Amino acid sequence: MLSRVAESIFWISRYIERAENTARFIDVNARLILDMPLDLNLQWEPIIRITGDSDFFASQYSSANQENVVNFLVFDQNYTNSIISCVNKARENARTVREIISTEMWQCINEFHLFLSNPTAHSEAFASPNSFFNKIKNYSQLLAGIRESTMFHNEGWDFSRMGRFLERADKTSRILDMKYFIIMPEVDYVGTAFDALQWAALLRSASALDMYRKQYKQLSPSNITQFLFFDPDFPRSVRYCLRKCDISMHDITGAPRGSYSTLAERQLGMLQAEIEYTDVTEIMQDGLHEYIDTFQLKLNRVGEAVASSFFATQRPETLIERKRIR
Amino acid sequence: MKFTDYKTESHYDEYFEADGIPRPAMSPFIRRIDGFSKNEVLRRKSAAESALLQAGITFSVYREQQAEIDRIFPFDIIPRIIDSDDWDTIERGLKQRIYAINEFIDDIYNDQKIVKDKVIPKEIITSAKSYRPQCAGFHPPNRVWCHVAGIDIVRNSDGQLHVLEDNLRCPSGVSYVLENREILKRTFPVIFGTMRVYPIDDYPNRLYETLCELAPENVDSPNIAVLTPGIYNSAYFEHSFLAREMGVQLVEGRDLIVIDGFVYMKMIYGFERVDVIYRRIDDDFIDPLSFRDDSTLGIPGITEAYLNGRIALANSLGTGIADDKAIYAYVPEMIKYYMGEDTILLNVPTYLCSDEKQRQHVIRNIKKLVVKSVNESGGYGMLIGPHSSKEQRAEFIEKIKADPRNYIAQPTLDLSCVPTIIDNHFEPRHVDLRPYVLYGNDIWVLPGGLTRVALPKDSLVVNSSQGGGSKDTWVLQPSDSEAASAPGLIKAHGGGRGEDAQ
Repeated sequence: MLSRVAESIFWISRYIERAENTARFIDVNARLILDMPLDLNLQWEPIIRITGDSDFFASQYSSANQENVVNFLVFDQNYTNSIISCVNKARENARTVREIISTEMWQCINEFHLFLSNPTAHSEAFASPNSFFNKIKNYSQLLAGIRESTMFHNEGWDFSRMGRFLERADKTSRILDMKYFIIMPEVDYVGTAFDALQWAALLRSASALDMYRKQYKQLSPSNITQFLFFDPDFPRSVRYCLRKCDISMHDITGAPRGSYSTLAERQLGMLQAEIEYTDVTEIMQDGLHEYIDTFQLKLNRVGEAVASSFFATQRPETLIERKRIR
Repeated sequence: MKFTDYKTESHYDEYFEADGIPRPAMSPFIRRIDGFSKNEVLRRKSAAESALLQAGITFSVYREQQAEIDRIFPFDIIPRIIDSDDWDTIERGLKQRIYAINEFIDDIYNDQKIVKDKVIPKEIITSAKSYRPQCAGFHPPNRVWCHVAGIDIVRNSDGQLHVLEDNLRCPSGVSYVLENREILKRTFPVIFGTMRVYPIDDYPNRLYETLCELAPENVDSPNIAVLTPGIYNSAYFEHSFLAREMGVQLVEGRDLIVIDGFVYMKMIYGFERVDVIYRRIDDDFIDPLSFRDDSTLGIPGITEAYLNGRIALANSLGTGIADDKAIYAYVPEMIKYYMGEDTILLNVPTYLCSDEKQRQHVIRNIKKLVVKSVNESGGYGMLIGPHSSKEQRAEFIEKIKADPRNYIAQPTLDLSCVPTIIDNHFEPRHVDLRPYVLYGNDIWVLPGGLTRVALPKDSLVVNSSQGGGSKDTWVLQPSDSEAASAPGLIKAHGGGRGEDAQ
């Protein structure tokens, strides 16, 4: 497979997953606000901070009220990580690999793009946000389903999965981090019903509340962290995402899992080992936010290694040999 | 909608000898259409159009800011039909022409016998912008230079077929030929089945075989790629289509790299050697080291690899020399010189502005002529005298005087017409025909081609960028008695029995 094609496929699913998760952020925030006895506008600030793009937002908008934040995160064409920008970039990438992906995948991405560029999308986002953000999530889910059932499960599919799971691991960690940014009205609120409501909203935004309840019944920070970060079977948990990414990566290179033949495999393997052998109580003692921060840096390094190992070909002839044997 | 109301408007009509008198080969089609109920043709027309939209047969027009707009290439469901006698002439004529042109290119980059024998003046070669000195002394594999050609053929008001242009660089449109046929088989299944039309579906296979024949002899299954300038090229759909149909890689310049004199694709596992490239990028842009150094689409060093025989290109570098419209004027002489034959398909009379006398004639009669720039295509850089303003003519006269070698002129032809659906009735519209010719070990002509139609009334410009549309082209097989001697012919489509429904 051509490096350029692999890169395009990787980014199509990364961008779509990113769009989906941004919709999840907004959704969780809307839910939280409904339950908080507060001046509503105050609570739109954390969601910007969680994206890591606060400076850019501040340079473009005067205040972090609902209208500005939703416009910024959903419709702002100048903001590279807005939902509409992500979908447009996914579509541009898809155009260049139309002969590789299936016609149905192309059509789905195209429809997603048409849905967001339709002038009615803007009013829908404010008039019925719940259904609007659900549609965004559904397009992403639909595309994943179409990919699973219409595309060869070969390298292209593996790159697509890698893109999706790397992005999802990052975003699940950010959803968990949201709790850190939400300003509690008063210190007294910690441990109260409001606290529990916030945690429930976080879980719900990761589509995790039902599965969590089956496992733990009670909402507690350490259990929730355990679940969203370390659960081996929940498909949005960080650990699960990294494992799926690792499987795809090794399917591509042909190296046995647990070993490595590229920098990407090594970086991902190290991060995985760390997650496998970390105890949640230590994290809670040392500070969840700090832990997540460090994790995201390491995850970025994996992303960079994927680019250098697969997309910027540097004559790794040994790899060609291995592929032939396999 | 009936053909009974159709007026040929005194043009040569491909369907009718005169108003109300169909040509014999067209009669079955006309009878069928006239047998339809009132709105049936329009119903089928709209079904065909929605099928095209769904299939995404679009070409792109890019605008600033607003990414791109995909437009459908307008398509008319009334086919252009070519009877077996005309086709026989076209096929023999094209084979003869391509053979001679190829001999010419090989000669011109080597011994230049045709120049030494004073059949073609030396200046016309040395002054051609598309002459590539890099190719002097070079022979491509099998000595074939133009592997893929799309020759534009028109019929004049006297009924004679003429070659208008030899497109030998990167002729496009064949994907529309294949897609149009798919749509029309669904639009008129029964009619199609009864008309004995030659199938065209094996074009991608033939192209693949042609490319394989270019590969070095010791390579069993050659690595082939289609080279595209990228998604911003108006023919990107076709590049992607052909790569998909042939099952080969679609690459851009940045996917390729020359190492130690060989050309490689940048794959996820490393570099993979390429043997043959079907390139859809002009010479000018293919190698910044040898041609235009501002090209970002090309592959530095590919020219050297090519001249050393380490990569095969279709078409060969330098082929454009025979695409120069001033050199086109000499094709009948080439045929005589290399083959000792008279030309089967006539040239359109052509005035070379580089010649003093001819130039004066062109300037005096510019209002009656079509003036063309020798290296442009797609309807760009031309003036249609009868449809031009005084200012436009003055501007072209200045251009001709400034650079006479760059211009030729031809009489304005009254191109033949084919009935076309306009609103809710048939009207004659001017057409041309672009059949595709492949030259591998042998020369093969796709039995069909792209029929382009000028949709605005009385327009003679068929280019898609200027209001042109397309039609399916049906080449009829010889009648049964003749077919008996040609057992290889397969009936294209069984059709239903009388129902002719969707």
